[in-house]
Amino acid sequence: MADTSNADAFVEFERVQKSYDGENLVVKDLNLSMPKGEFLTMLGPSGSGKTTCLMMLAGFETATHGDIRLDGVSINNIPPHKRGIGMVFQNYALFPHMTVAENLSFPLEVRKMSKSDREAKVTRALGMVQMGDFAGRRPSQLSGGQQQRIALARALVFEPELVLMDEPLGALDKQLRETLQFEITKLAHDLGITVVYVTHDQTEALTMSDRVAVFDDGRIQQLAPPDKLYEEPENSFVAQFIGENNTLEGRVKEIKGGTALIELDSGELIDAQPVNVAAAGERTRVSIRPERVEYNKDRLSEDAHTLKAEVLEFIYMGDIFRTRLRVAGTDEFIIKTRNAPDVERLTPGQQIEIGWLPQDCRALDA
Amino acid sequence: MTDATQNSGPMMAADGTTLKSSLNRALRRQKLRALMLIAPLLIFVLVTFIAPIADMLFRSVENQIVSDTLPRTTTLLADWDGDAGELPSSEVFEALYTDIFIAQERKLHTRLGSRLNYELTGVSSLFRKSGRKVEDMGEVYQDQFEDLDGFWKDSENWNALMGSDSWLADQTAWDDKSDARQPAFEPREEIESLLPQTAATFEIFADFVQNEDEDNLAKEDPWALVYSALYTDLMQEPDVSGYGGPGSAELLQAMGAVGTFENVDYPAAFEEIDKDWHSIDVWQTIQTYSPDFTSGYFLNAVDMKKSPDGPEMRPDNEQLYIKLFIRTLFMSLVITGSCILLGYPVAWILANLPARTANLLMILVLLPFWTSLLVRTSAWKVMLQQQGVINDTLVWLGVVADDSRLALINNQTGTIIAMTHILLPFMILPLYSVMKTIPPSYLRAAKSLGATNWTAFWRVYFPQSVPGIGAGSILVFILSIGYYITPELVGGTTGTFISNRIAYHISSSLNWGLAAALGAILLAVVLGLYWAYDRIVGIDNVKLGG
Repeated sequence: MADTSNADAFVEFERVQKSYDGENLVVKDLNLSMPKGEFLTMLGPSGSGKTTCLMMLAGFETATHGDIRLDGVSINNIPPHKRGIGMVFQNYALFPHMTVAENLSFPLEVRKMSKSDREAKVTRALGMVQMGDFAGRRPSQLSGGQQQRIALARALVFEPELVLMDEPLGALDKQLRETLQFEITKLAHDLGITVVYVTHDQTEALTMSDRVAVFDDGRIQQLAPPDKLYEEPENSFVAQFIGENNTLEGRVKEIKGGTALIELDSGELIDAQPVNVAAAGERTRVSIRPERVEYNKDRLSEDAHTLKAEVLEFIYMGDIFRTRLRVAGTDEFIIKTRNAPDVERLTPGQQIEIGWLPQDCRALDA
Repeated sequence: MTDATQNSGPMMAADGTTLKSSLNRALRRQKLRALMLIAPLLIFVLVTFIAPIADMLFRSVENQIVSDTLPRTTTLLADWDGDAGELPSSEVFEALYTDIFIAQERKLHTRLGSRLNYELTGVSSLFRKSGRKVEDMGEVYQDQFEDLDGFWKDSENWNALMGSDSWLADQTAWDDKSDARQPAFEPREEIESLLPQTAATFEIFADFVQNEDEDNLAKEDPWALVYSALYTDLMQEPDVSGYGGPGSAELLQAMGAVGTFENVDYPAAFEEIDKDWHSIDVWQTIQTYSPDFTSGYFLNAVDMKKSPDGPEMRPDNEQLYIKLFIRTLFMSLVITGSCILLGYPVAWILANLPARTANLLMILVLLPFWTSLLVRTSAWKVMLQQQGVINDTLVWLGVVADDSRLALINNQTGTIIAMTHILLPFMILPLYSVMKTIPPSYLRAAKSLGATNWTAFWRVYFPQSVPGIGAGSILVFILSIGYYITPELVGGTTGTFISNRIAYHISSSLNWGLAAALGAILLAVVLGLYWAYDRIVGIDNVKLGG
């Protein structure tokens, strides 16, 4: 996580801290290093410090402590307009008194580009976001999705190597958001630009990013590619925050050969992979993804520990079944099963036994 | 089949009427209710605001007073050609005598004098003097008639001669002390045809006594004017011998005697009252202002005057109003400009501060609103005068010498300083409310796109704040163009506005027509500027908030 002084690093945060009031740290000891061309998402609940990090990178906030480097050069004292970083804002921030073309032309004008160059670049950027026909319109005459495309084109038109996006799709409806997610990732990869993307939507983070930095309480809780983040959360915050998750609380009974035996608070025993626990006797929170839970005994190994469960609710969701169980004293245990011909449909009140592969069950910090 | 009929022709509602009329009917109730809701205010505004303004504006062209007061004179004068350099005929003078005589009985001649005095100085005293002396002219005939026979002295005899028999009976029966109305005078028909002028004059007299003075006609002696009319009638040598009613003998006797009466030469008599009656100017002024409506006030308001050859500029030393209008516009522009310069940064700070601090500062901005305008202006008098706070401070700092203190008050500087201060909130408030709606992300976006602070402000922030500047400017400019109290108190002679002149004509010179004309021009200028602003900037671009 803290791989500082990386020679390939394009964007680097080193021991960055930020406080607004001199009493509380909004960003506590941030270390981050990004290679060129990476699409990195900062994901976290509101108030976790992700937007502050973005603003420090853009230059609108100054770090209270630490160093921010861009391409090896410290940019702490460089004003925003000299950083050459493209930025897309949540509310688009298209200048309402200018047409689409004028908006796009603005960054080129302040760079004193010739008129013909400007026109060529504007046309190309508009083409990039399929908005070529809208050059003469005012932002107010565009829909939200169209405005966001223009905002994207404007952030790209002066060919920055780094583009920051601050919850750019937050105000759009679901379908549009999905289309634009795809377009943004594709553009970023085609152009080879480095993107720092801030969102609180975990689906967005997982589908778009090369790596995701999960923020909470002013720190990066985990920085990993999406699959790793989902499947191998390093602490219970990440496990809870990313995707749906079942949590059982208990105590480590023993750790043997890469597997921990956990005694749940209800007295039952389960196997788990020790992640954040070191020794027997420690309290732990065990995390299991709903789709990794098995109730078909044939698929479990002979010696696997199982738990008794009672079906409380069966929800038919089309492609999957979502079942709520009472397990080890909790009523909120969810399992998901694919809707396949051979899958048994459970009925409320049914008594079953559930189990899982030890590596799918992670013993995390309490 | 039904589809086909529906597709051709207007849309039909379910009951067969057109959809449009059916919709109108549905909306009528709503409209009616809306109208009822605003009706009280609408009526209030109409009665207390629009109607008085319309009435005032109408006064700027209204001029009935001349033809109402001097009806006979103005009729006869219509054919007179003043350019020939000759005085009007003696008939005109005789008509003038009649008109002034009646006017002075009704006490209207001084008002006419003041009216005409606006156009020609001295006319006011001329009319006042003539009003006092015109009675003497009539008494020449009155005395001769009364000397001829005592009959002419008595009002009863006059009534018997002039009134119809039925009226005489009513009048005798009428009890002076009772609440019943005095029977209205009716002329005797034979006398009306024999002595038309006398009858007409007596009727005016009778009407005046009965209706305006509310006196008993039986006890009032006729005006001297009636004797003059009788003389004129008798000189026409009517056939009075056929008349057999009351006073026929005396009438016949008078008929025989008038030839020997001393004659009044009206032109000479008027010249004796005042030589000005023999000045062509006076007569030309009366003739020029005879019509019921006049452009004279408006011409006056733009430093022109009516002349027999059409409108012409007044001499340079009498020109005042155009200069005042230009000064008013110029100073209002300067005040608007200084309000923008001072108000813009303040509004910007207010819009960018946290809400709590901004509210506190907003109170400071609004504070002037809560103190009396008079107090603030008086405070400026204290601050700005030669021995005032500002001069004292400057002298103490050594910026100006003690013997060359700055003249900051009773001139344009004083007006501009005080009015900028007073009107500043009207600039800051619309600016603030517009700036409040400009998200800070615009500036950030501009900077992230490579713009310097100044470029970001000038290219992105400023254009979006223009509607606020527009709204504030319109408010401040229109308010200042009609401002009165502050220029009156701190403006001295060089810092006053056209409104001060309007107020002067309303309350001091009582030339309401000119005041109305000046006001109408001011209104037109403001509306014209408003129109121009709409064409150039667009009124949609004005935002007072939100």
